[in-house]
Amino acid sequence: MSGVKLEESAGFDRHTIDYIQRAAATGLYEIRGLGAKRRVPNFDDLLFLAASLSRYPLEGYRERCATKTVLGTRFASKPIELAIPITVAGMSFGALSARVKDALGRAATEVGTSTTTGDGGMTAEERASSKTLVYQCLPSRYGFNPDDVRRADAIEIVIGQGAKPGGGGMLLGQKVNPRVARMRTLPEGVDQRSASRHPDWTGPDDLVIKIKELREITDWEKPIYVKVGATRVFNDVKLAVHAGADVVVVDGMQGGTAATQTVFIENVGIPTLAALRQAVDALDDLNMRGTVQLVISGGIRSGADVAKALAMGADAVAIGQGVLVALGCNSDTYITDGNHVSARDDYAALGTAPGFCHHCHTGRCPVGVTTQDPQLELRLDPGVGAKRLRNYLKTLNMELTTIARACGKQDVHHLEKEDLVALTVESAAMAGVPLAGTSWIPGQGTAP
Amino acid sequence: MANLKPVPSAREFDLSRDSLRQLNLYLHKHAVEEGISRIGVRNPDGAHSIACGLDAELDVQIHGHVGYYVAGMNQHASVTIHGNAGPGAAENMMSGRVHVKGFASTSAGASAHGGLLVIDGDSSLRCGISLKGADIVVGGSVGSFSAFMAQAGRLVICGDAEDALGDSLYEAVIYVRGQVRSLGADARFEPMTDTDRAAVKGLLSLAGRSEDPGTFKRVASAKSLYHWHADANQEY
Repeated sequence: MSGVKLEESAGFDRHTIDYIQRAAATGLYEIRGLGAKRRVPNFDDLLFLAASLSRYPLEGYRERCATKTVLGTRFASKPIELAIPITVAGMSFGALSARVKDALGRAATEVGTSTTTGDGGMTAEERASSKTLVYQCLPSRYGFNPDDVRRADAIEIVIGQGAKPGGGGMLLGQKVNPRVARMRTLPEGVDQRSASRHPDWTGPDDLVIKIKELREITDWEKPIYVKVGATRVFNDVKLAVHAGADVVVVDGMQGGTAATQTVFIENVGIPTLAALRQAVDALDDLNMRGTVQLVISGGIRSGADVAKALAMGADAVAIGQGVLVALGCNSDTYITDGNHVSARDDYAALGTAPGFCHHCHTGRCPVGVTTQDPQLELRLDPGVGAKRLRNYLKTLNMELTTIARACGKQDVHHLEKEDLVALTVESAAMAGVPLAGTSWIPGQGTAP
Repeated sequence: MANLKPVPSAREFDLSRDSLRQLNLYLHKHAVEEGISRIGVRNPDGAHSIACGLDAELDVQIHGHVGYYVAGMNQHASVTIHGNAGPGAAENMMSGRVHVKGFASTSAGASAHGGLLVIDGDSSLRCGISLKGADIVVGGSVGSFSAFMAQAGRLVICGDAEDALGDSLYEAVIYVRGQVRSLGADARFEPMTDTDRAAVKGLLSLAGRSEDPGTFKRVASAKSLYHWHADANQEY
């Protein structure tokens, strides 16, 4: 039939029709892993103004550019010293295999940075392999115990997560194997629903007291981080600072998860770019920049992202999904005995393909990263994983220092907002930097 | 022999004079080094975090009312509060014994993994929330949402329970003697067995109580929320 044109509805496109029909068939919301897939303003929308005549660059391959990062200087008697401002974000044993946690620790230790536990307690493997380990205190308190508090190098009180601020964790039954169940004090195979509120405190005034309790337990030695999912960031960061945090971690909506409702991932929270500016504004408002350190996370992928985050005012970044991708997430192949083996059939069995997979929740990870299956987890050799992750982190750091040198900075922490411009009006407004080629920051003064 | 000093068996802190930091540091480090096992605390005046993070077989006697998180994360120690306790008493306790002679505020025994928490009086909201293996005996009544999402362990309530008792329980078991205003999602009454009566008798004995175990009812999880399904009425 020549001349007949199929017209797809903008409101009821194929994706929407599929969503409605799936909901009608199952009566349950969709659950998946990883982070938001929708396009939101992000660090790609910023550019650096490197040195030229008005600024003096450093020799890119020769001159020293410091990356040392110290976190927890406010109250803790033993702050954390890192070689680079790039850390590994909290991800649970349960979501990830013990072999993966081991690999994260090895790589982080090799490059001189920290890794972080997750909603499932601290494994012996990750403690042994991580020189610097941040121990999360989550609403569920799964596996949380004083011995591990004392073994940790810092404590991170998790209020929320960028992928699901206001929501609790989730681990479907296929990943609750005997060891995971034992660590979390849960029945094997149960569809685990974590609490969204802490069991022993309910608001910022209580948090002040909770933080002091943890300081008393640790004899005021260990830094206390407070992590929030990005929503009302300006107020939340101020409250965290008032509560006594040494470090505030802000996780933007692009942050990943092992399993959460899709409606949550795509519709709750604000982009990392906007969250970071609000967090920095809050610290500035309290005159706490440099006293309380800021860690930003949620969709950080490259050295350029790290550099832009630092220029906007972060002291460090935390990376989750990028780390998993470095280990092989969404790769065509996994590596066994040095050989690449195709995983395409396993992706297909999940109804997906490399590059599109977000099936962490199923426990059937084709490359052995987000699984508890005893066969699948063998697809990630901890030594191979550690090497790949080390390479990734080193690459990011090299990219970071390359940009910092070009901007004339002898220390990556000297990058500043004045080094940045925005490509779009939206990103200029969110980041609080001028639209490229203008001096206009939307929302701040009048348009040129 | 004349040079030997007698080893002191007890030490007393007065929080109107000594700081909380001095007390807790002593309990964490110096008490064991000095061979002191019995420590008294006077004038707590509602201070928070008294005797938290203990990790030795100490006997701590607190004479007065305490604030938040008394004996938080306790291991091995026995802590007695001769007064009332604020929120989070014995939170995340791993082992040992905590005894509140008066009343306890919210979230008593929250997320406790082991040991025994005894509250002679009433306990407020969320008693035993997120319980992970400890035992709690409450001489009086408990507030709403007690044993919320409790995963393991036992909660004995000699008085009444307010709304939503045992909401979203996992494997923890509740024994309640008085009235229950309402059960939470997925909690149900179950028949008491001889094993249950023996368990209640043992726990009451440890708590120094004499109620008849036969007068208690058992509340446990119906386990209908253990797995996702469409007919759970949004109770997840």
